Amino acid sequence: MMDVFPYLVAGWVFLAGCYGLATSRNLIHAVGCLSVCQAATYVLLLTVGYRDGATAPVFSDLKPGSRPVVDPVVQALTLTDVVVGATVTALLLALVVQVSKRHGTVDPDELSELRG
Amino acid sequence: MSRRVRLWLLAVGGAGLATLFVAAALDLPALGGDHHPYGDRAVHASLARHTANVIASVNFDQRAFDTLGEMTILFAAVVGCGVLLRQTRDEHRDRPAPEKVARPVRRHALLVLPVALLTGLYVIAHGQLSPGGGFQGGVVAATSLHLLYLGADYRALERVRPVGLYETGDAIATSAYVVTGLAGLIGGTAFLANTVLPYGTFNTLSSGGTVPLLNAAVGMEVACAVVVLLARFLDQAVEIEEGNGK
Repeated sequence: MMDVFPYLVAGWVFLAGCYGLATSRNLIHAVGCLSVCQAATYVLLLTVGYRDGATAPVFSDLKPGSRPVVDPVVQALTLTDVVVGATVTALLLALVVQVSKRHGTVDPDELSELRG
Repeated sequence: MSRRVRLWLLAVGGAGLATLFVAAALDLPALGGDHHPYGDRAVHASLARHTANVIASVNFDQRAFDTLGEMTILFAAVVGCGVLLRQTRDEHRDRPAPEKVARPVRRHALLVLPVALLTGLYVIAHGQLSPGGGFQGGVVAATSLHLLYLGADYRALERVRPVGLYETGDAIATSAYVVTGLAGLIGGTAFLANTVLPYGTFNTLSSGGTVPLLNAAVGMEVACAVVVLLARFLDQAVEIEEGNGK
């Protein structure tokens, strides 16, 4: 059971984010839900790279070959995405600010009615 | 589409995805296994190029082209925010009045500011040696400036943070990354190939060839990008008001 549990957590977090996106009544809430979906990929990536009894892949105070290290490739993918994801979230929130100014609402259901 | 229909559609899609995901997860290699072919090769390549932090080596050497793509997304997001959050014709700027700040808040914010800024620069500079690097250090350095907003007020922040300068810095950092990549091309190998500079002594600041340079470029870009983004949002919150102001 413990072997697949972290994978299932990643899937659960992703689906929770999707549920939030589909039922959202506020665009700011929807942007938050998108970040939750994104966080699920971090859990999945780090799970894939995990190795029993291993340490961080940094050799500044570790003799190479003395201990196993976790997979650095997935860690690098996660770390770039955390920062880039934050700026993309900022872009989406900027869009929400404009939507709110132009249409006077941030409820996605009302927006489709306004467009007609 | 009504709410009911949407929920049903979500339930069907979600159930399908969950089933497929669980089936896939059961077939994946067990957690914590010893078989990491890419990871082992990345560690090997990183040590061969005298880069102590393997993650920095992956980001700025082995997958440097991918990081160029990430930087471009970052840059595009900043440009997009700049366009979306500009002052429109039916808005005007109000100078925010000076706010009173509680003395303990002011004291602690001004005390932590230099420490946070130095920590950010340290994390950037040691990216190829210890955990951290341009992406993380850039965020720390940029947010440290905004302690001035908490400790003093918005005007004080604006004085140390001319947004135009940071926008230029953002563009220069992105160009610097591309130029370092082109140096590899001129050096006779390939774009962004880490063959131009000597690899140096393992575990020193100048080790890793072009890794420290690309790392610094990313650090500068992230710091400038975060400053510009926060400036746009703060402008909207503090300065820009509706109406023509007459």
